[in-house]
Amino acid sequence: MHNPLEQFVIDRIVPINVAGHDISFTQSSLVMVLGVALTALLMLAGIRKQALVPGRWQNVSEMLYEAVFGIVTENLGEEGKKYFPFVFTLFMTVLMGNLLGLIPYSFTYTSHIIVTGALALLVFGMATLIGLWKHKFHFFSLFLPKGLPFLMIPLIIPIEVISYLSRPVSLSVRLCANMMMGHTMLKLIAGFSASLIMLGFGLKLVGILPFFVNVALMGLELMIAFIQAYVFAILTCIYLKDAIELH
Amino acid sequence: MEPQVAKIIAAGLAVVAVLGPGIGLGILFGNIISAIGRNPSAADAVKSTGLIYFALIEALALFALGMAFFFIYAV
Repeated sequence: MHNPLEQFVIDRIVPINVAGHDISFTQSSLVMVLGVALTALLMLAGIRKQALVPGRWQNVSEMLYEAVFGIVTENLGEEGKKYFPFVFTLFMTVLMGNLLGLIPYSFTYTSHIIVTGALALLVFGMATLIGLWKHKFHFFSLFLPKGLPFLMIPLIIPIEVISYLSRPVSLSVRLCANMMMGHTMLKLIAGFSASLIMLGFGLKLVGILPFFVNVALMGLELMIAFIQAYVFAILTCIYLKDAIELH
Repeated sequence: MEPQVAKIIAAGLAVVAVLGPGIGLGILFGNIISAIGRNPSAADAVKSTGLIYFALIEALALFALGMAFFFIYAV
């Protein structure tokens, strides 16, 4: 049986080498470009008619917009609307990455820890920098919850700092592990089906049973694609809120 | 002990850690169902909040499963 982790290997489509650094155009880059193109197409096709009762394209665009807008206004309030383009871009990036990977023979760029790590570091860095810019040194009062007995303070501060620093780690690993495990499970069970049909001792039709499990798993993966994008956007808003209004 | 045997044993031990999130998810969903039962008009809010926290807990189960695959294929 083939190694189910082999599907995450990156192939170069157009090798580009600049001063010893490898910045080739890979299949991951191709899917990223496709994701951007699809997002732009979806949003632009949505505003074409601008009817009061939305048609199909406009309905989808409005649903995506309202989902992210609800998250942003609920967590960051009215003045949080300026963070909406950032959160919407993040949401669409993660959503396109998750969804385009479900197409057979395609590639999931969010299943690589370097991509999700970069996104999570961007969110964490932006939240910390905004907090530092806005509150200067008072930002570090984030690590000291109110109403603590004085003796517990040297115990609580390292715990709070570590839990703050673990945010980008958990954010990136959650998305990467979900995507990687989902696709690995799909390939594993498809491998069962292939093995059963190849080695079937007379009863080759048994090989179709893992296929039904795969169908259900594909439905689960579709749901998880949306949920993970939604959770990424919500956690971004929560981290921004923590940095802006220190509790 | 050969490396191959140790890898498989390590993977088996790593999957035992999926027990914790399993129990956690059971508690979470039980509370969601009883909350919807007590107050059916809050079903939407409970469901959307529950979905977010489901993803957060599921991440822990996936950390464990990821380590298991890591031990088999990538060490």
